[in-house]
Amino acid sequence: MSALVAAAALAVTLAACATSEREDGAGEGGAGGSGGTLVFGAPGAPDNFDPLFAQDGETFRPARQMFDTLVTYKQGTSDLEGGLATEWTPNADFTEWTFTLREGVKFHDGTDFNAEAVCFNFNRWVNLPNAAAQTQAIYYSDTFEGFTSNQASATGTPVYNSCTAPDPATAVVKLNKAKGAFPAAFGLTSLSMSSPAALQQYDADKVEQSGEAFTYGAYATDHPTGTGPFKFESFDRTSNVITLARNDDYWGEKAKVEKLIFKVIPDENARKQELQAGTIDGYDLPSPADWESLESEGFQVLVRPVFNILYLGINQKNNPALQDLRVRQAIAYATDRESLVRTQLPEGAVVATQFLPETVDGYAADLQPIPYDPEKAKQLLAEAGQSNLTVNFYYPTEVSRPYMPNPTNIFTALAENLRQAGITVNPVPQPWAGGYLDSVTANGTHDLHLLGWTGDYNDAGNFVGTFFGRNKPEFGLTDPAIFSEIATADSTVDPAGHTAAYEQVNRDLMTKYLPAVPVSSSPPALVVREGVSGLIPSPLTDERFYTVSKG
Amino acid sequence: MLRFVLRRLVQVVPTLLLLSLLVFAWLRSLPGGPASAFLGDRATPERIAELNRVLGLDQPIFVQYGRFLGRVLTGDFGASTITGQPVLAEIGRALPATVELSVLALVIAVALGIPLGYLAAQHRGGPVDIATVIGTLIGVAVPVFFLGYLLKAFFAVELGWFPPSGRLSIDVDATNVTGFVVLDGLLTREFDASLDALSHLVLPAVALATIPLAVIVRITRASVLDVLGSDFVRTANSKGLAPGTVRSRHVLRNALLPVSTTIGLQVGLLLAGAVLTEKVFVWGGIGTLLADAITLKDYPRLQALLLLGALVYVLVNLLVDLSYAIIDPRVRL
Repeated sequence: MSALVAAAALAVTLAACATSEREDGAGEGGAGGSGGTLVFGAPGAPDNFDPLFAQDGETFRPARQMFDTLVTYKQGTSDLEGGLATEWTPNADFTEWTFTLREGVKFHDGTDFNAEAVCFNFNRWVNLPNAAAQTQAIYYSDTFEGFTSNQASATGTPVYNSCTAPDPATAVVKLNKAKGAFPAAFGLTSLSMSSPAALQQYDADKVEQSGEAFTYGAYATDHPTGTGPFKFESFDRTSNVITLARNDDYWGEKAKVEKLIFKVIPDENARKQELQAGTIDGYDLPSPADWESLESEGFQVLVRPVFNILYLGINQKNNPALQDLRVRQAIAYATDRESLVRTQLPEGAVVATQFLPETVDGYAADLQPIPYDPEKAKQLLAEAGQSNLTVNFYYPTEVSRPYMPNPTNIFTALAENLRQAGITVNPVPQPWAGGYLDSVTANGTHDLHLLGWTGDYNDAGNFVGTFFGRNKPEFGLTDPAIFSEIATADSTVDPAGHTAAYEQVNRDLMTKYLPAVPVSSSPPALVVREGVSGLIPSPLTDERFYTVSKG
Repeated sequence: MLRFVLRRLVQVVPTLLLLSLLVFAWLRSLPGGPASAFLGDRATPERIAELNRVLGLDQPIFVQYGRFLGRVLTGDFGASTITGQPVLAEIGRALPATVELSVLALVIAVALGIPLGYLAAQHRGGPVDIATVIGTLIGVAVPVFFLGYLLKAFFAVELGWFPPSGRLSIDVDATNVTGFVVLDGLLTREFDASLDALSHLVLPAVALATIPLAVIVRITRASVLDVLGSDFVRTANSKGLAPGTVRSRHVLRNALLPVSTTIGLQVGLLLAGAVLTEKVFVWGGIGTLLADAITLKDYPRLQALLLLGALVYVLVNLLVDLSYAIIDPRVRL
């Protein structure tokens, strides 16, 4: 019993201690909306801090506070605006881009940002020395298609040709071919400007294979050096806390808070409880089921504009019945996407009429959603001689994606729709990283599957080109006509022609090919406590914290 | 005794070797892999194949195993596929967190479990016994993560007595000496850091303690009942020894033998429980490393954790065997 008494006494002492800390602790920010520390709960830890080797939102989040790109996206939108460049002008055939650079900008190490630095960065990217580094530069290789010496999966001639610096404020980037992704893709966080001096000093390109993993140079782990509103201070790997400090020499609007802390809290419920307990000021990706209760508790739920797509994928190769357009149309008619959006997805979610959200240039506004019509579905199946169709429907477990908050619920609803239309569904649940991605993206062992995409920038090619630009095991789509149509749209560089070409691609995809069924676009959200202001939710999940202050 | 210890230690080597082969082969036979875990939505067949090639995961499994064994014999368990950090360094950083949590949980469980079990046995069939049996049943039945969330919702969110998660408050600047934050605070005389760390420890330790507590209570109760009915206790009582002397010198001492075995076995269960407790309390210990590694197919980290875990388990059981000799002088090793 004495142990009980001692434990109770200890608990009371500790409780008093903890309470007093809560009153003057981390929850406090500083007065007057300026200064203080903002603590934000992040669902995951960054892989590293070199934006070139970043490929997921958790790695991009701190990078976006420390680095700038030549062009950037206007906060809260996917529209372009000036970043480190004030102007960006293509030549007549869009194979040369001239950037007029902001003057007087310095990197965090005190060195100058200028045209030489821009060229140094472009040349660093294309000259990545080994396979290890090239496999990690995923966004670069997606955008520029190759390296000077291709050591990994990129096999093409790099889109980038050369960079010249006629004067410190002008950088001219020459491309080997025009590409529709530009100029929007110049704003990708992976293409951020790093300090050439720091890149060299801290072995930025030294990515090595060590056993069954990759290790990075000190630049990526401890010395990221950009021009952004926050500077890197520390990453405590034991407690998973990233601390950034305000850059008082920032060229633009200075950050309102002195310190910005990202506390990694993978468990969504734990993030919520931390916010409720007052130990963090906000967090990312509150569960849609909690939005209402969080708001009723006085927190601000900031819903991002939709910029993603969920589709019901169809693999024509694995199941020959699915090669018949009528069968694929029957699957589309059989799915009640209106109900799905209403019952399973968060407020603000919309039924998709095509494979990209409405805000992307190239969206065909005249396309109507395929209506829910199980009778029509049955009729189409009968016409195709597939009234007894059986499908293996793969869906992921152990994952939640912004476009797919609860895959099991979405599967259940869609599978029931298909059964109503007379289709026999074999459910195949697999863990996301424990077989699902391999099955549906690499091995193509499925008939139907659920997957989606969050856009990187405002270009239709970033959506439909990624999905249907070539033959992939995911869809088993082999018609060269659609690949060529997408390639032509991508290389049509005058903005009006580019948009019109993609509008036609979208019409054709929905009416002539229907390689999958676009389901919905869902908005992910952020949540902050009362008194936190200035956090602008971004469709690209590209939130910048320099505008944030604490009341 | 020394020969016994040496013989047992030598037996550990083939055990671990066999286990390493099984773990290695088992991990690679599971669907998925580090490549698709890393790539996520951006996985393409080419990228998955390329990453597997660069990481050597496309090689025959015995070649991979040979390389792995070669590295492990030089003490190199490789780097984590998730973080790129050497796995031994990661484990070194996380271990104090789990040890701190498990030790406190075990202390709570032993300090409460043995007296409760003893009391229940002494008052067999009475209200104390019934309450204890029901309590331990609930303790076994309630999942630790559920209890964790409940404790947090009440004591951290509602009452604000304890912090909801983590090992230290963000604004507490503690000097790292050993990695054991409570101890470090004492060593560096940063007592505020020690107190802060202790306040973070209470809820997860209580949640985790429920697993061994229930078992210890039940084993103690059963064991004491067993001993109470034995001849030597009757003899001791009949020769007029004071009840207190019988209890402490004869009953408890003999009853503790199976209890000490149980406590040893609880170390394994504690580690399993720590995975869930650490997730709920964002603890950043071995359990967190393990859970992330399983989800993201981090082979190097899983291999290191499973092998080191097995080593610890074997050593703990050796210690338990040795403790027999100390508790019961009749046992000769």
